[in-house]
Amino acid sequence: MNCQECNQRPATLHFTKIINGEKTEVHLCEKCAQEKGELFMLNGGSGFTFNHLLAGLLNLDTSFQQQNQDAFHQEEVLQCDHCSMTFQQFIKIGRFGCSHCYEAFKEQLVPVFKRLHGGNWAHNGKIPKRIGGGIHLRKRIEEFKNQLKDLISREEFEKAAVIRDEIRSLEKELNGSQEGGE
Amino acid sequence: MSHEHFINQAISSWMSEEGPDSDIILSSRIRLARNFNEYNFPTLYAPEEAKEIIIKMEEILKKLDVNQFGRMELLKINDLQQLEKMVLVEKHLISPQLAESSPYGACLVTENEDVSIMVNEEDHIRIQCLFPGLQLTEALKAANQIDDLLESFIHFAFDEKHGYLTSCPTNVGTGLRGSVMMHLPGLILTHQINRIIPAINQLGLAVRGIYGEGSEALGNIFQISNQITLGKSEEDIVEDLHGVVNQLISQERSAREALRKTSNIQLEDRVYRSYGILANSRIIESKEAARCLSDVRLGIDMGYIQNTSKNILNELMILTQPGFLQQYAGGPLRPHERDIRRATLIRERLLLELDKR
Repeated sequence: MNCQECNQRPATLHFTKIINGEKTEVHLCEKCAQEKGELFMLNGGSGFTFNHLLAGLLNLDTSFQQQNQDAFHQEEVLQCDHCSMTFQQFIKIGRFGCSHCYEAFKEQLVPVFKRLHGGNWAHNGKIPKRIGGGIHLRKRIEEFKNQLKDLISREEFEKAAVIRDEIRSLEKELNGSQEGGE
Repeated sequence: MSHEHFINQAISSWMSEEGPDSDIILSSRIRLARNFNEYNFPTLYAPEEAKEIIIKMEEILKKLDVNQFGRMELLKINDLQQLEKMVLVEKHLISPQLAESSPYGACLVTENEDVSIMVNEEDHIRIQCLFPGLQLTEALKAANQIDDLLESFIHFAFDEKHGYLTSCPTNVGTGLRGSVMMHLPGLILTHQINRIIPAINQLGLAVRGIYGEGSEALGNIFQISNQITLGKSEEDIVEDLHGVVNQLISQERSAREALRKTSNIQLEDRVYRSYGILANSRIIESKEAARCLSDVRLGIDMGYIQNTSKNILNELMILTQPGFLQQYAGGPLRPHERDIRRATLIRERLLLELDKR
């Protein structure tokens, strides 16, 4: 059987693709498979780690960046000051060098996070108590402010006044904790 | 308690105890990834940093001596023999990565093995809680308690925007991976699994074999886990996973009922043939053993086979792995010798069940 893409070389890769429940049989030669990127899907088991996939994902970004760079000539290399990992290295291995890399590469990372985490890019979970003092308070103030708006729109002013006092005392606490520590 | 305790004690609590929905769910696991703020990630930390981390963990362990999780033991990977490492991996106490490519790796384990903390794997710290049956919420609670405990000693790498910072961007945010090990023979026999897996993937969940990434679904056992760690709260992540798992449970149950209705005798035949193989074979490969164990377990759950303990699948799936077999044999075995050992072990285990009757 010949490759269904080029119709010249014999097909050496045969597989069934199921996308959204739709089944298609595919017969390709190695060259066409590589070009079509089908090899990516094939190697699921052996020798092909998640890391490669990730690097592939990140690379989409760099090809785009490369164009930009060519246009403006060579810009300075993006690098983490703390561990000296460069953005290029990060893309290659798919791992950060230290916690400071997140800050150093932050401009580049939002699309990466969005792609990896279903469109999300900001943390919405647990906060360590030790660093979290201020954050916890700010989040609670935020919640109370929303409640306040709600109450005012429903003209429940008595309850709103209670919430308002609550917010004031939290804000006082917040200012206190920021002076005090961190 | 010494490291031999974990090697020789073959059965962890998650294998022997029965949890909720244990006819389908073998175990539930929660993993939290954490890093020290002051050290480089294991991607490029210096050996000195790695050693300091181990020392810190040892100090913390001393202070933790009495806590609600019972005593913990610290095992250093470099102190372990090759076979011992294999056994710990097969028991899911440590990851293959920690065993094979983390020269400064270590692991803290509780006596009943439901909590283990891997040190210097891909991240500095990975808290793991492994519970029998469907107990994601309980496992999350336990993991959170350990996290709070460690947090009182360690300044974790965290920022307000990205949450807990991890060495791989796929774990950032909550650092949480929940996974549920499910026995799904009904969905396989009714050929529904190929339709279901892509649907699960679309929901941001991954489906894998029993030993994680890239491993085969030996014995019709699948691991379902969340992929998204950022932007959702821990509770929501676990809740979403829970929802999908519950769906799968009801699909599997109705597949089993459908099988009983349409091919009762064929199924019973299959179950007993597999039982026959396990009870009589003298040489058995791990794949065949896994397939037969799955059939027998299905037979027990569906009432074809009585008076045989349910945990036989969980237990023998682990005990017949290469590392365990060789550990019991007292040294390395060639594959052929392993197959003979495996057959003997399974026969003896089934005889024990007969004696109980």
